[in-house]
Amino acid sequence: MNDKPEKLIDKKGLRLDGRKADELRPVKLEVGVIPNADGSAYIEHGKNKILAAVYGPREVHPKHLALQDRTVIKCRYHMAPFSVQERKSPAPSRREIELSKVIRESLEPAVFMEYYPRTMVDVFIEVLQADGGTRCASITAAALALADSGIPMRDLVVACAAGKVEDTIALDLMDTEDKLGSADVPVALMPNLNAVTLLQMDGILSHEEFETAVNMALEGCKKIYTMQKEALKTKYVNVSEEIKEEAEE
Amino acid sequence: MASIITRVKQKHITQLIEKEKRLDGRDLTDYREMKIEQGIIERAEGSARVLLGKTEVVVGTKIEMGEPFPDTPNEGVLTVNAELTPIASPAFEAGPPDEVSIELARIVDRGIRESKAIDTGKLVIEQGKKVFVAFVDIYVLNHDGNLIDASALAAMSALLNTKMSNYEVKEGEIKIKPGYEPLPIKKHPITVTMAKIGNRLVVDPTFEEEQVMDARISFAIDEDHNICAIQKGGSGYFEPNQVLEAAKMAKEKAKELRKKLNW
Repeated sequence: MNDKPEKLIDKKGLRLDGRKADELRPVKLEVGVIPNADGSAYIEHGKNKILAAVYGPREVHPKHLALQDRTVIKCRYHMAPFSVQERKSPAPSRREIELSKVIRESLEPAVFMEYYPRTMVDVFIEVLQADGGTRCASITAAALALADSGIPMRDLVVACAAGKVEDTIALDLMDTEDKLGSADVPVALMPNLNAVTLLQMDGILSHEEFETAVNMALEGCKKIYTMQKEALKTKYVNVSEEIKEEAEE
Repeated sequence: MASIITRVKQKHITQLIEKEKRLDGRDLTDYREMKIEQGIIERAEGSARVLLGKTEVVVGTKIEMGEPFPDTPNEGVLTVNAELTPIASPAFEAGPPDEVSIELARIVDRGIRESKAIDTGKLVIEQGKKVFVAFVDIYVLNHDGNLIDASALAAMSALLNTKMSNYEVKEGEIKIKPGYEPLPIKKHPITVTMAKIGNRLVVDPTFEEEQVMDARISFAIDEDHNICAIQKGGSGYFEPNQVLEAAKMAKEKAKELRKKLNW
């Protein structure tokens, strides 16, 4: 059972897990984790553990969905039954259907979709463990998986949320803070184009608080973006080393 | 959804908006003519019909008894559903709700839920066991764009028009008494949607404008001018300062509508 903590932020201004208000949870990223997929990535964002895999461009199914001037991106955000406290039915919920849509719309602006007419690109996201902020972590991982698949992109997409915990605007809420806090603002960003591709909010914020939260989330995005680039490079450094070793043998 | 508008017209709309003009002669920040009728379906506990230009939405509410959610034993339940009936547009097909109608319902739901529009604490009959469940069913009858604002407006209007039966609990049994009471409403959220066309923000987009837009953004605003829900949609993007500009515009428009609606 979830114990409700009395205070979400202590006297020193530290949060339940010891973070400061504008501090991210630890993020770990890995690219190329599913051998069968054309591109894939794994993210650990705090206790969130999420896999993203990309298949395509490939034949459109069902056929009538094909577009003559660009590819069709399909996105499925799905939570494993064991990813949350109470077992989640594996059937897609209304929340998952909405999130699949907004995640897809957050990725589409980054992809040169017109390069692959009459094809389809599948983006599959499986949440293995959830702890608040799964849509953001999913976007960060899915963008890496897309890049890993080799589909030309204008930019990476990276996402992070900020919210209101008690009276403080705080970065990257975890589940307990999200549930007991009073607002959550997930933001996705294409860092080089300075373009917001996802923005949602629930809760109650004044305009000033909203502005602070958006700016804080954008800063968080930029921090994760550095790690995202690093993760992408790491995979190819490893690949090039493997090739070198093979050549030496 | 397939676009059903010619390229020539698309270009025309974009060029006009670049010059801060629109096909129907409105300013970029104008709403279309708005008409609200309440209590049009006698069988429903509450109902409203909203016309926003040619967009037409009917919302009916039903109040039933049910169980509360385990994590909120002292609150009634709100359920919002949207039907994009095939009557409303050549682009709609009959069948189970697709992602468009689910998103629409969830945006309207968030506006009402997060602003705490309904005093759900007053919907409890027996703590943790029996509560009133408010069903809000959105029926789109003609789609000429901006279904979000029209549906949010119709949903709130229907809730304001909703009656619940009187009851008393006697020896553990619930007895319905004659007469009705209005559904307890605390807040009146107003949702304002803007489309990004070219690099401009356009309030209350028509269907044709939606075919041209890069992206849209919706804000639900309560009477204290707080933001209670946001949703960006569409496969385009906003620059960060555009988001803040949109938030400001939404605040202004909500203020204006509030005055008109007397909410």
